[in-house]
Amino acid sequence: MSKKRIVHYINQFFAGIGGEEKADVEPEKRDGIVGPGMAFNAQLKDVAEIVGTVICGDSYFSEHEADASDAVLEMIKSYDPDIVIVGPSFNAGRYGVAAGAVAKLVDENLHIPVVGGMYPENPGFELYKQHGYFVEVGNSAATMRKAIPAMSDVVKQIIDGKDKITGYMPKGLRVNVFKKERGSKRAVEMLLDKINGKEYDTEYPMPTFDRVDPAPAVKDITKARIALVSSGGPVPKGNPDHIESSSASKYGKYSLKDIDDLTPENSQTAHGGYDPVYANEDLDRVLPVDVIKEMLANGEIGSLHDYWYATVGNGTSVANAKKFGTEIAKQLKEDGVDAVILTST
Amino acid sequence: MRLEIGNIFIKDVAFGEKTEVKDGTLFVNKDELIKAATGDDDRIASIDVYITKPGDNTRIIPVKDVIEPRVKVEGKGGIFPGVVSGVEQVGSGKTHVLKGAAVVTTGKVVGFQEGIIDMSGEGAKYTPFSKTNNIVVKLEPIDNVKQHEHEEVIRLAGFRASNYIGEAAKDVEPDETKVYETKPLLEQVKEHPDLPKVVYVYALQTQGLMHNTFFYGADAKKIVPTFMYPTEAFDGAIASGNCVSACDKNPSYVHLNSPIIDDLYEKDGKDINFLGCVITNENVTLQDKKRSANMTAKLVELLGADAAIISEEGFGNPDADLVMNCNNLEEKGIKTVLVTDEYAGQDGASQSLADSTPKGDAVVTAGNANQLITLPVMKTVIGHPEAANIIAGAWDGSLHDDGSIEAEIQVITGATNELGFHTLSAETV
Repeated sequence: MSKKRIVHYINQFFAGIGGEEKADVEPEKRDGIVGPGMAFNAQLKDVAEIVGTVICGDSYFSEHEADASDAVLEMIKSYDPDIVIVGPSFNAGRYGVAAGAVAKLVDENLHIPVVGGMYPENPGFELYKQHGYFVEVGNSAATMRKAIPAMSDVVKQIIDGKDKITGYMPKGLRVNVFKKERGSKRAVEMLLDKINGKEYDTEYPMPTFDRVDPAPAVKDITKARIALVSSGGPVPKGNPDHIESSSASKYGKYSLKDIDDLTPENSQTAHGGYDPVYANEDLDRVLPVDVIKEMLANGEIGSLHDYWYATVGNGTSVANAKKFGTEIAKQLKEDGVDAVILTST
Repeated sequence: MRLEIGNIFIKDVAFGEKTEVKDGTLFVNKDELIKAATGDDDRIASIDVYITKPGDNTRIIPVKDVIEPRVKVEGKGGIFPGVVSGVEQVGSGKTHVLKGAAVVTTGKVVGFQEGIIDMSGEGAKYTPFSKTNNIVVKLEPIDNVKQHEHEEVIRLAGFRASNYIGEAAKDVEPDETKVYETKPLLEQVKEHPDLPKVVYVYALQTQGLMHNTFFYGADAKKIVPTFMYPTEAFDGAIASGNCVSACDKNPSYVHLNSPIIDDLYEKDGKDINFLGCVITNENVTLQDKKRSANMTAKLVELLGADAAIISEEGFGNPDADLVMNCNNLEEKGIKTVLVTDEYAGQDGASQSLADSTPKGDAVVTAGNANQLITLPVMKTVIGHPEAANIIAGAWDGSLHDDGSIEAEIQVITGATNELGFHTLSAETV
């Protein structure tokens, strides 16, 4: 078996270019090993070889992320690697964030494994943990001697094609696996263990949720600027943005200017989680456009935001929902909206 | 209540002149089956029947329900009481099962939430119904039938078809007989006085139109939680009538074989004393949710349970019922295990449930429904392949020109079944 090709990403300090005063150096690549690469090569020499090292200053990476990303990715790609090692970056914040960002670039563009080493509290870990196998290392370069073998061990497991890689901090990704026993039997066994006070492993550790306190009530609704937002899938006829009936990957923004009433001719629901007949007959049932326009005409509300925002809540991941919410809220705030009528289904 | 289940192993299915079982082969008279399935429902425009077997290069899409043919041999009532049989008390006597056969209903898509069964290839691994010999009933309604009526038309036709086929099991000697028994509560408690007492909290999907489940024909949305002898499920006391996502809806077949009941019986008298089931629902308003969760906890406490398994159907909104039931029972000191599935996003990075509780410290997961899968081209497609662009878990463009499909496993019938019928699970990496 030929040796696997590894590219190593490090910062200016570990490349021996300099400390903080050199943190603005632009990306460069050098064939073969630089700095800690020597120790990795010693550990991995039977199975792999570091064919190239890519170096970037930490400040340069954070201040020119788009340019740095393009350049670093191209340099890594030029060596045609099988695996990329980033760091170890210990508890160095900017180095950790840059190493994590490189892991993401490689993961998403080259689709090859990335191994890194970070102190668990390095902000780069929380941001980018899903994009690589990040081994827990000490909080300073003084622990380099321990970090290199631990990271090398993960690299070897990847090269060996091991089903279950161990020795890294969880990426926090849920991955499907087939178990030997069906779910009902596993549930009964788990219940027996719980009853008998034996140890058991929950298959899904429940998350701690963000809870949002409701905003204070609007003081004078006749002066307030109101917007309409819905996860019930109310879209213009034909669903122009092709919002999915479940697991939505996007939301739509539609003008309310020329619409005073939602009708079967001008609108429909894109939602796949409920019987759409009554929604499609009169979509005001999902998004109260008729009523809000009347209230506007009667001066019962101050003013109306020019658009409604719609997505489909059905099966949509919390991460996507959070992203849509953040983007929509930003636009509403920019327009000075005071309150939102948020409908679901 | 004591029920004998006589399993007749069906190894093959074929059309024949008479509907009968001969040496492990189920023969089906197609014309009679169509007549039985149609009944007197004049909302049906056409019915056709197909047979497909494990390993076939065949896809069924969109799948509405899967039903196991059964027949009552002794004891009161018929299969699916209050739905297509008289509303008698079922769950005792003797029931014969054509084990290995299934009726699968398909036809023009009813809502968005119907599924796919592939009989071979990558998709087959994800559905328990790639391993059954499937008699596929393809039904098209007359024009201008509203969606919820369409759902009813195809639901009832499926039950009639299954019960018609089940009749063929009546006079056949079973290959295997299993006996299930639960005594009246006070006697049952005395049976194994030293074993921990366990109740199964069985939540039924009742989010509204096309999200219905029926208990003896009663719309379960309108029931308050009630007690059920576990054997009642084996005779069809619970009938599916919903179009929630295919991966985690509980097809009637799974209710008939209710796996948590089956596996609790397995431990009954050895490790636990299985007292029975509390049926509850998953309604959409907070008032309904609270009422049902409170009644459920009260009933489980009244029964004297030490521990309970709580199952779910669907996702999102019903996660709230799961969490409420968990909190209420744990607060009463009743230990719980929850069975659910996950919507963690296609990359698995998102939170999996719409609600959460620190008391839910024992959870069995049936997998992440958002995982992407590519289903290969199949030689034969029964149903309407274009449904692959609109069913939940797919998107416009899921169906490729060559007939292959890229979608989430959400589209596969039974992939992440929350009664624990399948082996899929998920882990954090």
